[in-house]
Amino acid sequence: MLEIDDLWVNIDDKEVLKGINLRVPVGETHILFGKNGSGKSSLLMTIMGFERFAVKQGRISFLGQDITQLPIYERARLGLGLSFQRPPTIRGVKTADVLRVCSRGAIVPEVLAAAYDFTQFLDREINYGFSGGELKRSELLQLLAQNPKMALLDEPESGVDMENLQVVGAIIAKLLQKERRPQAREKSGLIITHTGFIMDYVNADKGYILLEGRLLCSGNPRDILQDIKRFGYEECTRCRR
Amino acid sequence: MPEIKQRAELGRKKKATFGRDLNLEEFSRQGGAWEYDPDYRQFSPEERSRLLATGIELTDEDHAGTFLLADKAIVHCQTRQPGVEVLPITEAASRHDWVKDLLWGLVAVDADKYTAAAELDLDNGYFIRALPGAQISQPVESCLYLRTDRFAQHIHNLVVVEEGASLHIITGCATHPGVISGLHVGVSEFYVKKGGRLTFTMVHNWGKEVHVRPRTAVMVEEGGTYVSNYILLRPVKSVQMYPTVTLNGEGAVARMQSIVIAHPGSELDIGGRVILKAPHTRAEIIARTLALGGVSIARGHLVGLAPDIKAHLECRGLILGNGVVYAMPELEGRVVGVDMSHEAAVGKIAAEEVEYLMARGLDEDEAVSTIVRGFLNVKIEGLPPALEEEMEQAIQESGKGL
Repeated sequence: MLEIDDLWVNIDDKEVLKGINLRVPVGETHILFGKNGSGKSSLLMTIMGFERFAVKQGRISFLGQDITQLPIYERARLGLGLSFQRPPTIRGVKTADVLRVCSRGAIVPEVLAAAYDFTQFLDREINYGFSGGELKRSELLQLLAQNPKMALLDEPESGVDMENLQVVGAIIAKLLQKERRPQAREKSGLIITHTGFIMDYVNADKGYILLEGRLLCSGNPRDILQDIKRFGYEECTRCRR
Repeated sequence: MPEIKQRAELGRKKKATFGRDLNLEEFSRQGGAWEYDPDYRQFSPEERSRLLATGIELTDEDHAGTFLLADKAIVHCQTRQPGVEVLPITEAASRHDWVKDLLWGLVAVDADKYTAAAELDLDNGYFIRALPGAQISQPVESCLYLRTDRFAQHIHNLVVVEEGASLHIITGCATHPGVISGLHVGVSEFYVKKGGRLTFTMVHNWGKEVHVRPRTAVMVEEGGTYVSNYILLRPVKSVQMYPTVTLNGEGAVARMQSIVIAHPGSELDIGGRVILKAPHTRAEIIARTLALGGVSIARGHLVGLAPDIKAHLECRGLILGNGVVYAMPELEGRVVGVDMSHEAAVGKIAAEEVEYLMARGLDEDEAVSTIVRGFLNVKIEGLPPALEEEMEQAIQESGKGL
């Protein structure tokens, strides 16, 4: 599904990703761990094509197509979807309108929102005055409406209370077709998490640690999380190097 | 010489407080001798299309009344529903003795050279009245039309909403497609009596070298409501206006909304003032300015003169290209117990907002249009469909070439 080869990325003059190699096959969900500032969000934003993240070297391909130079909206139309960690507020633009945009008119926002107890937010300006949990639910409902082949989720559980975590987990599971047998899944995911809480709701296939712009470790995500909890990032990366 | 005329003479050369000073002698007073047109037959398809984009449908159907003044000639004037009266102001003054007592009751005739010109050399104007208790369901459509290039049009309008009556006026001010320059001076005085309601929607669609100087004042009595919507989407040389609403009776309400686009070469100085003179009055001014290369001054002034009033002013400007927006909100409280607030913001479209929508599959133009549409999203009820289409087109065009 997604293939990244020797990816080097700058923000202004600063190198933020240094030679990333990554494969996410069809139907798999991978987890990115890493300290704050290690480059996790930069990686997702680069995959999505945000202008600020300048690719200096390397290649990103999606569904067999080189997308390294494609504009954001063409990547979205190919089937990449991003749930933002801190989405912007757009005054005057209603949540219902954005849901409509995401699905290119294919869904009825009222029906989608009703299924996830989000009806009262449809008439509100997108992300304006939303709590942490509301922001995450809004982002994930947008992705459900967009129905991407691959979901890039930037800390989907941060700021979410325990009750809402269940809803967030359920939406992600639906996005990634977790109700199907692994071989029958067609959707892939790349998820950033600090706490690993989301892994209680979504089975992940592989985990990585990103440190200072380099992928230093990969393996079973639960084992990696366990090691991070026990030894911290520094020790963990030393051990698995 | 009557006192009004004397005062007008004294104001003949007086500069306005705001806006660029105009030499009235540079304009022509020779308007076309347009004939009365009961069926709107004299309008070409091109004119019809332009007027439609101004909200003027050129039909008596679905309107409580219609009024059309081209240059200085009354071309059409009809009353279609009981309870409403639509007349040229000159005729109304001769039909009702009391009309002359209301003229210049709210606007000072010697305010500036433009008000003076409207008195000393009047073309005409509309008189629209809703009779006591009349609930006029369909809008009255009025059109002030510049059909001759370089013509200076001098208008004086009077609207009276009697006690308990309700009325919606849609007024479109436009130029003939071939008219590039000219001057429109429009004095408007609106009286909303006890418990009355007036919704006044004004759409401007002028030539790009036209200067516009409306002079509007409104008096709202106890329990009355005045709602004003102003829309300017197309290029114009200059507009300077500062309509003033006085809430004179307990519980009166005013809401003034404006949506303006300042194109390259346009100088807009558009304000709104509400004087809250009675207890429990409420006012809201909402201004949205989109600068596409022109200069826009957005003024707003709330004056609280009585206790237990509530007023809010919201002025937001969005700059696309090289435009300039000055937002100048003023709050003036003069007694204990006023509750007044304002919110002003001027900025450009944030790249992160555009990219956010692009990540949802919109291309850059679509994303910018969505943001602009949201910015201009002020709810105005009862707009003709053609005007809504015109707004959508203006929004689409505004994002091009950023």
